[in-house]
Amino acid sequence: MNAEVRAIKTPAEQGLADSFAGARGRLPGKGAVAALREDAFKRFDASGLPHRRVEQWKYTDLRALMRESYPLAALPDAAAKLRAKNAGNVLTGVDCRRLVFVDGAFAPELSDLVPEAGLAIGSMADALAKGDPLVAAHVGKTIATDDAALALNTALMGDGAAIRIAAGVTLKRPVHLVFASGSDKPSSAFIRSLIVVEKGAKATVIESHDSGVAQVNTALELAVGDEAQADYFKITQTRALHVSSLLASIGSRAVFNSFAFTSDAHIVRNQSFIRFAGEDSKGAIRGVNLLRGKEHVDNTLLIEHAAGGCDSREQFKSVLDGQSHNVFQGKIVVQPQAQKTNAKMMTRALLLSDEAEADNKPELEIFADDVICGHGATAGALDPGLKFYLMSRGIHEKEAEALLIQAFIDETIEEIAHEGIRDALKFAALRWLGSRS
Amino acid sequence: MPAAQETVEQVRRIDVDQYKYGFVTDIESEKAPIGLSEDTVRFISAKKNEPKWMLEWRLEAYRRWLTMREPTWARVDYPKIDYQNAYYFSAPKKNALASLDEVDPEILLTYEKLGIPLREQEILAGVVRPEGERRIAVDAVFDSVSVATTFKEELKRAGVIFMPMSEALQEHPELVKKYLGSVVPVTDNFFATLNSAVFSDGSFVYVPPGVRCPMELSTYFRINEANTGQFERTLIIADKGAYVSYLEGCTAPMRDENQLHAAVVELVTHDDAEIKYSTVQNWYPGDADGKGGIFNFVTKRGDCRGARSKISWTQVETGSAITWKYPSCILRGDNSRGEFYSIAISNGRQQVDSGTKMIHLGKNTTSRIISKGISAGKSNNTYRGLVTAHRKATNARNFTNCDSLLIGNQCGAHTVPYIEAKNSSAVFEHEASTSKISEDMLFYCRQRGMSAEEATALVVNGFVKDVLQQLPMEFAVEAQKLISISLEGSVG
Repeated sequence: MNAEVRAIKTPAEQGLADSFAGARGRLPGKGAVAALREDAFKRFDASGLPHRRVEQWKYTDLRALMRESYPLAALPDAAAKLRAKNAGNVLTGVDCRRLVFVDGAFAPELSDLVPEAGLAIGSMADALAKGDPLVAAHVGKTIATDDAALALNTALMGDGAAIRIAAGVTLKRPVHLVFASGSDKPSSAFIRSLIVVEKGAKATVIESHDSGVAQVNTALELAVGDEAQADYFKITQTRALHVSSLLASIGSRAVFNSFAFTSDAHIVRNQSFIRFAGEDSKGAIRGVNLLRGKEHVDNTLLIEHAAGGCDSREQFKSVLDGQSHNVFQGKIVVQPQAQKTNAKMMTRALLLSDEAEADNKPELEIFADDVICGHGATAGALDPGLKFYLMSRGIHEKEAEALLIQAFIDETIEEIAHEGIRDALKFAALRWLGSRS
Repeated sequence: MPAAQETVEQVRRIDVDQYKYGFVTDIESEKAPIGLSEDTVRFISAKKNEPKWMLEWRLEAYRRWLTMREPTWARVDYPKIDYQNAYYFSAPKKNALASLDEVDPEILLTYEKLGIPLREQEILAGVVRPEGERRIAVDAVFDSVSVATTFKEELKRAGVIFMPMSEALQEHPELVKKYLGSVVPVTDNFFATLNSAVFSDGSFVYVPPGVRCPMELSTYFRINEANTGQFERTLIIADKGAYVSYLEGCTAPMRDENQLHAAVVELVTHDDAEIKYSTVQNWYPGDADGKGGIFNFVTKRGDCRGARSKISWTQVETGSAITWKYPSCILRGDNSRGEFYSIAISNGRQQVDSGTKMIHLGKNTTSRIISKGISAGKSNNTYRGLVTAHRKATNARNFTNCDSLLIGNQCGAHTVPYIEAKNSSAVFEHEASTSKISEDMLFYCRQRGMSAEEATALVVNGFVKDVLQQLPMEFAVEAQKLISISLEGSVG
């Protein structure tokens, strides 16, 4: 990388260094975990906050966006938990198992812990402190990456979910991880979760984030076993500076679907590192972003086809209003051994305002010859012809626009197999459209 | 699969072992002392008898270069270049000629061998001359100097200035001073800055208002000396309503050491003007093990300064050990248009990192990018491009299509497009695909009675057709020969 030797730290970097120095003694985990933290922090310290000279962060200059670092959130008190009670209501009406995390810390009393065969739920902090073998086997090992934001997460990881779905088990209800903020002061949280879907198991997991002014760095490691299926949703509606990393490793003949929905955000970076490690698996990575004001949303994907015969589809749509800034960077890597790979990536941006900016960077990196890979990218405004047609039928201009935008994003949302979640996200999109002045 | 095998065979024909232009011309030459210093810069400037401002310009570039670092972002991997172990100026001894007769016959022979006609009379007295056949004026650059420029007189009558840069500095210093470095600034990038300091020759073209250049202009670059870098500088200006089509060709001898070619090309179009710039790049690519070959680090940029102006880049890239080249268009004038058509073929251990930038600044600007990459052997072929529309570039439009074809399982094909839309009326479309030759297509052709060979030829031809069509007639013929991946008619 072209990171330069830097002598001067920004105030935010200094703050993070101070946080680490102050907390390293009480962060959960000893021995190997502590060593992992030290090593990760050293790597972060060497590179600093990612900035625009780091290619993967070209359009999201975290060093410039993060002026200061907030103190680590304290454990939530009763008042904080009360404030967090209504979080995750975007899925009201969907029958889910709610697991609630307030300022990053697991809140069992707010969570649905009814036992279910084959499902083990725990807190990451506990698992790290106890040296849980499952966590020891996976955390920091799912995907190898030198990303600085993830290194920072590893160094400071506090709590999160540690979930295991036993081989052959199909979960009855989706698991909804509700991440809420309860603190009334600006604070920061470093969340780390692990979900292991063992061979032949099936699970649907939703992660939702809503919080006030905060800094959230969250990471999820997801191991999908052979012949397993994982449907993963991430719903981000947060005023926080939110950096999220998904690290997923997919086994053979497995199915992995992911969907990222982002609206009413402040600064969001969703980075996904997905590796097709086993043969003949299928994956669909989709997302919808709705932006306005000065919101900044960045979806960055690194899809690695390391085994043959896998199919992957990537589809992202963004609607931009106001002075918002949407970034999509998607890279598909096909390793020499991954013959018969079929990968297609599509990214589309709809610009509603002249001051909005949509940056797309779909990349292909291909080392195998018997593959079909492609990507497409478009950016443009609403089609005036279509709008005119609707208006000539007596539909008000704003309404006509809303209909067209809805059609644009529904194309992606319609792909969601789970009816309840699909409807909930459609409704969330409608609410966003309704609040457009 | 026989058809794929056939294609491999065809590509092998352009393989590194088949390089036809790898001979060395044995002539005496005069060189600057080895290495790079302010003295080298002064030496080159003095050799060219340049005005003082030019020397200052070069020295400023040199001092700036010392503070810069070599870029590392491209997907190319090469040993560190020792900038002190190369000659920055090399010229055939017999120079300053009154007529072509005084040119060293060895050089004339060289160009003859390369198939580049330098003798106007020969061209004019050609035995078979179909009516209306177009003629091409050639500027031949041998190592660091231009050895001959043809059709100068005829062009002069039309008002077109076509001469080596060193002559232009003497005869039209005001034009050179006005435009040199105005598209690619001295400080642009590491290699362009190096070029600004040590550039030796290149072509200068000025087409006055309303003139349609009566013939195609062409420059043929030849590196001959060992351990010599070639740093040419080309500047083409099309004034209001003018049109010019310019062709560029290049070859080099086969040598075990790598040689650096760091050129800068600047194009300027004023209102309603058009420049069509075509390149067939055929530098020595190194041998099968990746030994030797030219490092082609080139900065090419066009500035559509005037309204309704147009710049079109067409390139066929087959040579060079490493290609690092991004011919770009700055679409400044309203309603201006930029085009980029490229075929990049890599084989052996070649590394290509090429593409374009379309920078939309003016209103109603349009651009089109068609890029076809074919990778074979152990090569890597990257398309890297930027399309951006600024706030005020309302109704900007771009269409990009980049396709890659992989032949063999040890090569790589990569696509790195950057698409930045900064206003809502910009419409950008981008598509890219990578695949091997479709079995279905081959099967279809074969069941219509074509041989496997013909079917492959047809498919590959279809693959590159979009770009080949953009080449001027004379070049298209050469490009077809060069590619020799069984384009139409070449199978038999």
